[in-house]
Amino acid sequence: MHGTKILDEADRLMTVCNSCRYCEGLCAVFPAMEMRRAFSDGDLNYLANLCHSCGACYVDCQFSPPHEFNVNVPKTLAIARAESYAAYAWPRPLSGAFARNGLVISIVAALSMAAFILGFVALNDRTVLFGVHTGPGAFYRLMPHNTMAALFGAALLYAILALVMSVRAFWRDIGDPIGGRADGGSLLQAIRDAGELRYLHGGGVGCFNEDDRPTDRRKLYHHLTFYGFLLCFAATSVATLYHYLLGREAPYPLWDLPVVLGALGGIGLIVGPIGLFVAKMRRAPELLDQERYGMDVGFIAMLFLTGATGMALLILRETAAMGPLLALHLGAVFALFITMPYGKFVHGIYRFLALVRYAKERRAEMIAE
Amino acid sequence: MNSVVSILNGAITPVTSKRYDVLVIGGGNAALCAAIAARRGGASVLVLEGAPKFYRGGNTRHTRNMRCAHDAATKILTGPYTEDEFWEDLLRVTGGQTDEVLARHMIRESKDILNWIVEQGVRWQPSLGGTLSLGRTNSFFLGGGRAMLNALYLTAERLGVDVEYDAEVTDLVIEDGMFLAAHVKRPINGETEISATSLVAAAGGFEANIEWLKEHWGDAADNFLIRGTPYNRGSILKMLLGKGVQEIGDPTQCHAVAIDARAPKFDGGIITRHDSVVFGIVVNKHAERFYDEGEDIWPKRYAIWGRLVAAQPDQIAYIIFDSTVVTSFMPTLFPPIAGQTVAELAGKLGLDPAALENTITDFNAAVRPGKFDHTILDDCRTEGITPPKTHWARRIETAPYLAYPVRPGITFTYLGTRVNKEARMLMKDGKPSANMFAAGEIMAGNVLGKGYAAGIGMTIGSVFGRIAGREAAKHARN
Repeated sequence: MHGTKILDEADRLMTVCNSCRYCEGLCAVFPAMEMRRAFSDGDLNYLANLCHSCGACYVDCQFSPPHEFNVNVPKTLAIARAESYAAYAWPRPLSGAFARNGLVISIVAALSMAAFILGFVALNDRTVLFGVHTGPGAFYRLMPHNTMAALFGAALLYAILALVMSVRAFWRDIGDPIGGRADGGSLLQAIRDAGELRYLHGGGVGCFNEDDRPTDRRKLYHHLTFYGFLLCFAATSVATLYHYLLGREAPYPLWDLPVVLGALGGIGLIVGPIGLFVAKMRRAPELLDQERYGMDVGFIAMLFLTGATGMALLILRETAAMGPLLALHLGAVFALFITMPYGKFVHGIYRFLALVRYAKERRAEMIAE
Repeated sequence: MNSVVSILNGAITPVTSKRYDVLVIGGGNAALCAAIAARRGGASVLVLEGAPKFYRGGNTRHTRNMRCAHDAATKILTGPYTEDEFWEDLLRVTGGQTDEVLARHMIRESKDILNWIVEQGVRWQPSLGGTLSLGRTNSFFLGGGRAMLNALYLTAERLGVDVEYDAEVTDLVIEDGMFLAAHVKRPINGETEISATSLVAAAGGFEANIEWLKEHWGDAADNFLIRGTPYNRGSILKMLLGKGVQEIGDPTQCHAVAIDARAPKFDGGIITRHDSVVFGIVVNKHAERFYDEGEDIWPKRYAIWGRLVAAQPDQIAYIIFDSTVVTSFMPTLFPPIAGQTVAELAGKLGLDPAALENTITDFNAAVRPGKFDHTILDDCRTEGITPPKTHWARRIETAPYLAYPVRPGITFTYLGTRVNKEARMLMKDGKPSANMFAAGEIMAGNVLGKGYAAGIGMTIGSVFGRIAGREAAKHARN
């Protein structure tokens, strides 16, 4: 018996799957399962986070519902995955945020945006908020750069702290036997596997979405979202370096690196989340953890909002709309930062670490042979 | 190829009185290979699958690999497997009960099937290094048999093959060895008649028809478990044999292995099997041993125990072993039943404790020292007991004592329709039918008179399916 009902069910399924093993070529979950004969809570949480929910094992399984063995690995592991996020949350009292995730995220987002707008209004007079500002330092007439950097730096640092604490709990739970450190080779392998979403390919045909015809659309949208996010992050980092090292102040010209990176990232963050949202709406319900729609949709919405407000700001930065748009964009980013440790964002980190763990296990196994 | 608009929304309009070039009855590997080959041959094709969509494909759902001849190693096969070697293997497992002309023809064709099946969207499992070892003789389907089926169905639909599920064929209209029409009962349109220029029968055997099994096995068949689909009831086979088609194969035979007695009556598939016989002893309901558990290596060992258990009272037996060997075989679906003492275990199994203690004591006393190696016929054996355990004999003495209850698990039946090299059915008078073809388990008895070797069922299905489809289309287009 395990800690929760869903882990009991995951254990039952892994016992069925381990006596079959037809799916061992589809992804990393099944080879990892085969390295074990019995499953602790940590093992199951590891397998759950290793699963990319491509759906191939469900469509290929001779025992999926309506069969009496009732094998539904993607859905069971999706629920287990979501429950594991809450279990590792730091500080513990905030783990409840996962259960009401969509609501929490939208409240935080709304409050952040409102706070920025009110802040701008309070700090400046209305003519500044709705004025037209151009040239270097235009943004900082609404909010001094150092205030902005301090505020966002603090939010980001808090997010990083909470994530590090959560990750420690996860790494301990999945019980890495080799002292918890990863060698360079395993890390590199995991970076490659995560970077190309190697295990969202349904064993080669693509992932399964609305029916039993595999496509790779979800993979494409995820790439757009993920790399869009990274590009935006890179844009912000480059701009920060410009500011402090070169003394060049935003806004930058359209051809300049922060704008180019940010624009490309912004497009990714608009198209990607829309695609993921539509895919989620159309996906076969039997593959989904519908209870936690809110968490997925909340995160998708936050990313979309970040991208959309950023693009709007870029397009309208020389008009009177710049002030309110800047407030909206900063509010969205701020909300994104502080809700990161309590939402769908964590899936990427846990999955990456599960991939690291898997790469290590595989290497150990190859050496043993 | 004529340009039929492929059906992409999955909704297939019920057919009422349309005439088809080729009617395929059945929905497994053989049926789909036939349908695809016929469609590629320019024919209009309807597939009638008696099962609902989830259960489509008969026993193909439960398969995992296919045995094909090949002259050189490939990405998915570790070495060559020549036609001659394949033939030798087939000769050995069937004890010569095979039609050599047909079998050699199948083996020759199997070489090309390896590639053809990939062209139909089926994917083989590549080696991942480390966890997965590849075979030399058999190629494994990535994701198993249902994944293979899904690929064939997607291809068939893309090509414009019509498919109907829950379509029960209730009668065949056959005159002088010539197929005219089939009567079909469907949930929506009730009973209709469908005519076609050619027929491909690929509807499996009768292993799920307990009444039919009882004709040969008596009440013992009530205690059989059916490993595969509940839909292989042999109705098409019975109709054909009743309408002048020549039969082949032993009607009293079926292929059986020992599977967990706790498995469902139908459709338990691969995961209910046991291969722990070699690590212990097997007793019947009187707690007596009844056969040499160390006689032979897998897979021969695997193939005989179903029949051995079927011959025991109440068709039940118990594999008994101890805790030292529990990780020596693949993890099992059902956990072993455990007792801290032999008597406690006997109590849980409903066996006489004294009898089981005696059996184990006698067995342990007869075990001679040796060097255990379950991959070869080692020198661990018993002396002075009947039956002996001639290899892999080790004392059962470390608590907890463990057991798996087993029953015969029926895999498939051997009775079928006689066919020639074109997969064309032969009538009782020896004449080939004008337009009736057969493929898959319904004609496997031509190649497989008895016995079995892994993956041959799928070879028979794909090879004769493709031949049947091609020939049926050729007949229809002329």
